[in-house]
Amino acid sequence: MEQDYDRREILMKLVELPCSAVLLAVCGPLEALAADGEYDAREHYYGMGIQVDKCIGCGRCVAACKAENDVPPEPFYFRTWVERYVIDSDGEVKVDSPEGGINGFPAGEEDEDTLRAFFIPKLCNHCDNPPCVQVCPVGATFMTEDGVTLVDADYCIGCRYCIQACPYGARYLDPRTKTADKCTFCYHRITRGLLPACVEVCPTGARVFGELHSLASPLRRLMRMSQLQVLKPFLNTEPKVYYANLDGEVR
Amino acid sequence: MRLWKFPDQVVRLAILLALALAAMIFVRGRFVPASFGEIGHYRADAVTAIAALPIRYAGSLVCADCHDYESEVKNRSYHGPLACEVCHGPGALHAEDPGAQTPVIPRERGVACLYCHDYLPSRPTGFPQIIERLHNPLQPCIGCHDPHDPRPPAVPEACSACHAQIARTKAVSHHGALACEVCHEVAPEHHEQPRSFLPRKPTTRQFCGGCHARDAEAPVEIPRVDFATHGERYLCWQCHYPHHPEG
Repeated sequence: MEQDYDRREILMKLVELPCSAVLLAVCGPLEALAADGEYDAREHYYGMGIQVDKCIGCGRCVAACKAENDVPPEPFYFRTWVERYVIDSDGEVKVDSPEGGINGFPAGEEDEDTLRAFFIPKLCNHCDNPPCVQVCPVGATFMTEDGVTLVDADYCIGCRYCIQACPYGARYLDPRTKTADKCTFCYHRITRGLLPACVEVCPTGARVFGELHSLASPLRRLMRMSQLQVLKPFLNTEPKVYYANLDGEVR
Repeated sequence: MRLWKFPDQVVRLAILLALALAAMIFVRGRFVPASFGEIGHYRADAVTAIAALPIRYAGSLVCADCHDYESEVKNRSYHGPLACEVCHGPGALHAEDPGAQTPVIPRERGVACLYCHDYLPSRPTGFPQIIERLHNPLQPCIGCHDPHDPRPPAVPEACSACHAQIARTKAVSHHGALACEVCHEVAPEHHEQPRSFLPRKPTTRQFCGGCHARDAEAPVEIPRVDFATHGERYLCWQCHYPHHPEG
């Protein structure tokens, strides 16, 4: 079959051909670089989803976090911890977290007045608009290009402003180094392609970790399939830890 | 001859300003870290340093490389979604050099299993739980359950086929681990003609004393009584129900 080209089409084709050749030449090596295994922070943007319905309060995430990140063993230094919410039929809310839940929870908070009860794992929310980063006077806490809020322990002066500023209580002062410390999403693991330790050990898959900007990631799937909430949304911190089916009483 | 004539006070101020500027440049060069500001208002080297920290949890994909049988059994079972290191502890050292470290194997009761499976009303409905106090006390979990394939264990059918209620009662009691034949002498003919060949019950106090007497050679967890002063006129099972002993 004979095809008719008009002048406009032929000119367009003439422009397109060299353009695609140039694009191929540029993008080819770029892809090869990425396949090289070199970690490029700009290609990632991390977040975490927590399925409240699945958390059984076993506290394995707390134990794994302490082991993986060398968190001080005292039961009041946590990068992640689990809270138990017990809500009575008269609306009274009881929250407890014995030793952060690292040894599980004792029975007994729940009784016949209990309306509902559940566990809430908590950690640094890696806010997109982090108050802790804003208040740091020396630039020792910062958000990386892949969306993780980190603390530079070598540069931190231990002034505790960030601990005050965090509305989620996610930071503590490491008693050994006298510097602020917090959840890093296990930055040393995720940059090697592993999951954070808490996600790795969660027996029920209540914690889901993944890319926020890639449509095909476990996290985005969870975000599509669930009712999502974040903690303290009115503070406009824009947390990147999303809770699925969170109870309204959780603070 | 001077090209420009500045007042003296301006020259002095300019010298001071130049000195201050030099001092600032010197101090900044000395105290601001080399990589500060390369990416943002922070040390770029800190990101590399944090990313280079050692890992402790190897991840279950690494475990499956060598322990392929266990991981295959596990992956097909109810415990499929569990990473190996939930129960066995961090194993990155072991993965690098199997001789360097042995992962923990929680064989005792209540070490690993109860974190998840002890009854708590706050746990999600339907999650398998037991009441530790009542569920086969003192028995290690792995005596009946294979943690790599944690199906509910099958009760031996020999006695429970007919005596199901007693078997169920006994199964969750302190005597749960004792086979029926420990206390009941059963003639083989009992299976065919149960009423003609009745099993025997313990006829002496010394039989129970074999475990429960003060001087019995038995594990220390077993409760003891002084057989000289404790209910000497009766057989033990006339007051205590051996299929569900109290306490």
